[in-house]
Amino acid sequence: MTGSITEPRGVTRRLLQANAWFVYLFFYAPIVLLVIFSFSDSRNVGVWGGFTLDWYGDFAASEPTKDALWASLQIAAVSTVVAVVLGTMAALALERFTFRGKKVFDALLYLPIIIPDVTMAVMMLLFFAEASKLFGFTKGFSTITLSHIAFSISFVSVVVRARIAGTDQRLEEAAMDLYASRWQAFRHVTLPLIMPGILGGALLALTLSLDDVVITQFVTGPGWTTLPVLVFGLIRKGVTPLINAVSVVMLVASTGLVGLSLIAQRLRSDTS
Amino acid sequence: MNLQPRTRWLLIVAAFAMLAAACGSDGESSAADGDAGAECEVGDTDGDLALFNWAEYIDPEHLEAFGDEFGIEATMTTYDSNESMLPIISAGNSGFDVIVPSDYMVGIMIDGGFLQPLNFAAIPNSTNISDDFANPSYDPEQAYSLPYQWGFTGLAVNTEVVGDDFPRSWDLVFGEGASEYAGQITLLNDPRETLGAALKSLGYSLNSTDQGELDEARDLVAAASGNLAAFNTDSSDELLTSGETVIAHVYSGDAFTQFLETDNPEIYEFFVPEEGGTRWIDNMAIPFDAPHPCTAHTFINWLLDGGQGATLSNWNYYGTPNAESIDLLDEELNEFLTSPAVLVGGLDSVESIADTGDFEINYADAFTAAKG
Repeated sequence: MTGSITEPRGVTRRLLQANAWFVYLFFYAPIVLLVIFSFSDSRNVGVWGGFTLDWYGDFAASEPTKDALWASLQIAAVSTVVAVVLGTMAALALERFTFRGKKVFDALLYLPIIIPDVTMAVMMLLFFAEASKLFGFTKGFSTITLSHIAFSISFVSVVVRARIAGTDQRLEEAAMDLYASRWQAFRHVTLPLIMPGILGGALLALTLSLDDVVITQFVTGPGWTTLPVLVFGLIRKGVTPLINAVSVVMLVASTGLVGLSLIAQRLRSDTS
Repeated sequence: MNLQPRTRWLLIVAAFAMLAAACGSDGESSAADGDAGAECEVGDTDGDLALFNWAEYIDPEHLEAFGDEFGIEATMTTYDSNESMLPIISAGNSGFDVIVPSDYMVGIMIDGGFLQPLNFAAIPNSTNISDDFANPSYDPEQAYSLPYQWGFTGLAVNTEVVGDDFPRSWDLVFGEGASEYAGQITLLNDPRETLGAALKSLGYSLNSTDQGELDEARDLVAAASGNLAAFNTDSSDELLTSGETVIAHVYSGDAFTQFLETDNPEIYEFFVPEEGGTRWIDNMAIPFDAPHPCTAHTFINWLLDGGQGATLSNWNYYGTPNAESIDLLDEELNEFLTSPAVLVGGLDSVESIADTGDFEINYADAFTAAKG
């Protein structure tokens, strides 16, 4: 077999390998340390004080931490579902159709990815402050969720568009030639084809929502402290392994989600 | 294509909505500028309590007890710095009834018109507050804020290494003798605290806005940095008790809780050097547009009760400004807070950090230069 690009050999090859290993090291060494020290029986995160599960116990016993986790999960779930639907719709519209103002819409959609978090946070803060006065609602779940949806839509639509661009539009046309209605063609041909993109976008939206500190902190209202915002507040009093334990739980949860989505995709491709 | 007229119409409506909102806010904020505090009676409630507070600053059960007593729902949301709290309140309609800004932030918020004057008729327990906290510099008439908790910044020392016979002075870190403990000293990684310590050691105010004085302080910190293990804020207390350092520039509350975590707390000593140091005070205040001002007044009054103040301090282990709470504190905490050995130079030697306005940047620059 002769590829158009030959595999590098000798020193180049070794350098590239070393590079790859370093990348993995820099990515994963901090995570490994974080996990190890979450089991350390010492308040000091830099000192190993023997094995303990106390920090996980503290996490389970701490009302504010559990409340914050629950708040984060609710917000992430709702914002992800809505952002995925809207983002996918936007992606389909932009890839499949031409309409007036498309270029402007396209550019606007990228805005939340480009502008800094703080800028967006201040815009949202002012907007919700005025809007809540005008319509008389209380900030909190609604405002945090809306702002998470707002920035997630862009990321979802970028990921889904990439997938749509890689699929053959003629498959959809063929389905319609065979008397599938527009909806049936979408449901049985287009949707399954772009599903990996949608899942990828959903995971991205979920992670972004669970991670966000800056914007959430600005748009929050009474009774709504998300987990990352709480962790930031706790760090002020010194980093204890409790924060490691919280992080490990979030890490396991998010890798679990990725794993689940991979399994779901595999099952789907097996049955079809 | 046929959507276009509708889109344009929507844009116009949106523009008008924003305009209306902007006008509305102008009207509202000027209405809130009135001088009189909210008209509430003692113990009145006019809705649920939304508290905006620092993390781990009140026991959730303690807050719940307030809600149960008055038959309302009390919720808490947390923030991590004065600076992240300010924009949320100043934007308006934050939905919060009570906030806990630090000393200098109270001054900034009063100037901005973001706090409402308190109605002291609804807070009879305000008389419980110790005279040490009356009419602070940041709220000279004490019209907008009442103290919540307080603490000092000073030095913590491992007496097993340093012994008992050392000067209770900033010379310990800035003087000649400091080289004896080279590599075993930490200073806070905070421009105002650390330059403030140096200013105090030179006999100046820690709120100095004199560039010459600040330059002297910068040089002192720069000279001391050679003897440091680190500029560290988050874990300086832990570094001390884990034996990595022997002298630490720390916050009193952190030092005290950390001492108690160890098997032999008596070997550590915390003191504010004789030249003086920082006293910080966090305060309760009510945002200008708090939705439930009467509940807010009731909460402040409730927390200033001697028993409630003690419960608060016994949980977060910071100092209480409440004279009626002192005798109800845990013995160890009481001993620590009232020990004359802690405040070597007396109450007149300590200052609260005040906002220096545009001069803040000079502090930041000087600190960066001192750290090298």
